[in-house]
Amino acid sequence: MNDIVVKTEDVVKEYRMGSNILRALDGINIEIERGEYISLMGPSGSGKSTLFNMIGALDRPTEGQVYIDGQNMSQLSQRQIAAFRCHRVGYIFQSYNLLHVRSAHGNVTLPMIFAGISEKDRNERAEKLLDMVGLGDRMYHLPDELSGGQRQRVAIARALANDPSIILADEPTANLDTITGREIIDLIKRLNNEQGVTVISATHDLKMLDVSDRIVDIRDGLVERIRNRDEIEIEVGDVGGE
Amino acid sequence: MQQRTPIEEQIDLPFVESLRISFQSLKIRFGRSIITTAGITLGIAFLVSVWTNNEIGIALQESGRQSTINTFEETTEQGISTKDIWLIVMSLIVCVVGIANSMLMAVTERFREIGTMKCLGALDGFVVRLFLLESGFQGFSGALIGALLGTLGAVLLGLKDYGLDLFFYFPLLPAQPENGPMQLGVIVVILIGCILGMILAVIGSSFPAWRAAKLPPAEAMRTEV
Repeated sequence: MNDIVVKTEDVVKEYRMGSNILRALDGINIEIERGEYISLMGPSGSGKSTLFNMIGALDRPTEGQVYIDGQNMSQLSQRQIAAFRCHRVGYIFQSYNLLHVRSAHGNVTLPMIFAGISEKDRNERAEKLLDMVGLGDRMYHLPDELSGGQRQRVAIARALANDPSIILADEPTANLDTITGREIIDLIKRLNNEQGVTVISATHDLKMLDVSDRIVDIRDGLVERIRNRDEIEIEVGDVGGE
Repeated sequence: MQQRTPIEEQIDLPFVESLRISFQSLKIRFGRSIITTAGITLGIAFLVSVWTNNEIGIALQESGRQSTINTFEETTEQGISTKDIWLIVMSLIVCVVGIANSMLMAVTERFREIGTMKCLGALDGFVVRLFLLESGFQGFSGALIGALLGTLGAVLLGLKDYGLDLFFYFPLLPAQPENGPMQLGVIVVILIGCILGMILAVIGSSFPAWRAAKLPPAEAMRTEV
């Protein structure tokens, strides 16, 4: 397997905070293969969420390039970037980011509306996806009427709506209790196994370790080290006790 | 290497779809929508009542009737007192600032939603169109109610000042008296109120929405209100 889905070249991101310049990413080089489950780990402020945003085309790097499916993201038009976000990537956020005016079903159909899928087809697919994440009986509830775990399930179903090849998850379990977090991780891992989607997750949840193929440790805007799964399994024994 | 399909261009959504999404959003956010709309209603009601009151004053003065209360001491040769012009300008300013403020607030608290929609594949233009439709509808309905309320207020005030004579000389239509100022008439004032309310609402909402839509989604979603 040598099919690179995501490649970053010397990605730098600077934020201007008044007169100070904060260098959140200081030249990141990583390659991610198709079908991998990657965890970006690091303390808060390390730059992992910023890197997440760069890979997902949610923000533009100050310097450097991001290639996805061999395409240089900086050369895409606005319309292509919108299509990229719509079709190629499914986003899962720490705070769910559901539209609170739309029901679970309405949230899942929205990306399909943007993709131009017919009403009949998108309703069917939304029902199927919500069934799959275990919310078949709460489809028409508003997000405010759902628990945190249920909201994250809606977000996962929504992320899968247009059959993306990459799932980007930014701290998906940070607002959830241990057991619910475990269920969400299992669900994401199942998608990774069964549908072959590449999962890239920014996290500092240690439960994420034992499902990851590789772990990228980010510190001070740099890649500190990249560990393979077999290197970490021993360590997991120490922390994974529930 | 597997074959790589180039990234296609995002399609435009049919207008009906935008219409449906914006109305759904207004419906579910009903309470919040009403408050925003009320802001528009109040601004326009104030403007229209002051203006109509002024029109009524001029019309009845033309007809030779004097208000039992106002004595028109300050009346200029044109028939409009500086005090009245001052009042109309003031009410216009209050109306502009009030509407711009309520629309701005309503959009700012939805920056996160704008960022999220862009994550799901919305084009900048679609986001702006959504806010155009919502604010256009809110602006028009709010301004219409406001204009009618304002007129009602001015009529009641007129009744108090001039009694039933008001209805004989009611300045409903535009008129150009021989030796007096041009009168717009109440219908034109109502129309101006409606159009002004709608334009202000649309600008007050679309401009911040356009700015939010231009932001990278990560930045729009970071915005805390």
